[in-house]
Amino acid sequence: MSFLAENFPLIRDAFLTTLSLAVVSGICALLLGTLLAAMRVSPVPALRGLATFYVELFRNTPLTVVFFFLAFGIVYIDLQFPSRFLTAVAALALYTAAFVCEALRSGINAVPAGQAEAARALGLDFRQSLTTVVLPQAFRTVVPPLGNVWIALAKNTSIAAGFAVADLTALLQRLSNSAADELALVFVAVVAGYLVITLPSAYVISVLERRLAIVR
Amino acid sequence: MTSRPNGEPLVRLSGVNKWFGELHVLQDIDLDIARGEVVVVIGPSGSGKSTLCRTINRLEPIEKGEITIDGERLPEEGKQLARLRADVGMVFQSFNLFAHKTILENVTLGPIKVRKQSKADAEKRARELLERVGVTAQADKYPAQLSGGQQQRVAIARALAMDPKVMLFDEPTSALDPEMINEVLDVMTSLAREGMTMVVVTHEMGFARRAANRVVFMDGGRIVETAEPETFFTNPQSPRAQDFLSKILNH
Repeated sequence: MSFLAENFPLIRDAFLTTLSLAVVSGICALLLGTLLAAMRVSPVPALRGLATFYVELFRNTPLTVVFFFLAFGIVYIDLQFPSRFLTAVAALALYTAAFVCEALRSGINAVPAGQAEAARALGLDFRQSLTTVVLPQAFRTVVPPLGNVWIALAKNTSIAAGFAVADLTALLQRLSNSAADELALVFVAVVAGYLVITLPSAYVISVLERRLAIVR
Repeated sequence: MTSRPNGEPLVRLSGVNKWFGELHVLQDIDLDIARGEVVVVIGPSGSGKSTLCRTINRLEPIEKGEITIDGERLPEEGKQLARLRADVGMVFQSFNLFAHKTILENVTLGPIKVRKQSKADAEKRARELLERVGVTAQADKYPAQLSGGQQQRVAIARALAMDPKVMLFDEPTSALDPEMINEVLDVMTSLAREGMTMVVVTHEMGFARRAANRVVFMDGGRIVETAEPETFFTNPQSPRAQDFLSKILNH
């Protein structure tokens, strides 16, 4: 146990890095994914096509390849992210946005067509009927699938370890080399770090699900 | 009977044609609706009467012809269409109240978002309208907590809150339990008496007799006959209307 106490600052920093990776890229993915979902249901064919292309591209590309491209690939077009952390955030957000979009789109499709018709009949334009009538109802039905996306994202942050971000998984690599005799403890600490992020989210998701449910 | 309609037509459909794929659902529809006029559209199912009603605010686009409201041609899309729709109230068969908003919010949404009224003004007016349709006590409930008849009356209040020039009713009582039909028809009848311009697609012949200035009978995507209610119900001219009436008026 003293081993854990000695390395507490390291573990704490690694945990905070993983947490902020997940939170920051989660927020970005939610915003981008919402925009993409709006594009996918918009009346403008060009926007629909663009969003569909984006989703198929990122949904079908391995996350590690996205990381590779953003870390090394974009140097060829004279681009570089200001930090490795931001590279990881960008890769996670771009990738996860495709899944957020699809989860939301399924929610939008689950909102009865009459709701949007009533909104349009009142004189709301496309953006207004989407933001005030359709999306609020869609978000409620997609809490469970969005919860899955969030938990997958929290675990996907571990790929950043391969790209020199000092997160929990990077800590596992580092301590398993320097403290091989304490490997079991290191594993416990790292897994506990991920659980601290994902388990409360599962609880929050189930609470949200109950709170936001709408009676029809 | 309401006061006599007068002046330029408020809604004018000329040469309107619409297809659903191969199906020619509206064929050369010409129809003028005067200010203050109440037009009841009846006909067998599949005759195109609901589609006709839904073309007036372009929930259904048309392929050929022209629709004008208050002299203004119905725009194809975008902001202009939204602005014009704000002047056309619509009541649906399935109510379509916003499920995630309270009754009061349902009625204030349009005035606040589209008419840019203050929340206080919109709420004051909404409460007056809810009182008028008799659902004041339910203002803070959600739509699913109300009966069908109450929901439909709220839907009427929601449409009225926009101060529309014309109200469209697309089979407003068809989804209701029999004992709730009258409470909705009563609200509609009083609207008609106050001079609201109305287009009503319905199977309620009693309402047509009581409140309509004109009955439009449709079959197979065409307007087959147009007449004053008494004339239509007692002495229909076309064989198709005679046949239709003989089937529904016998019981």
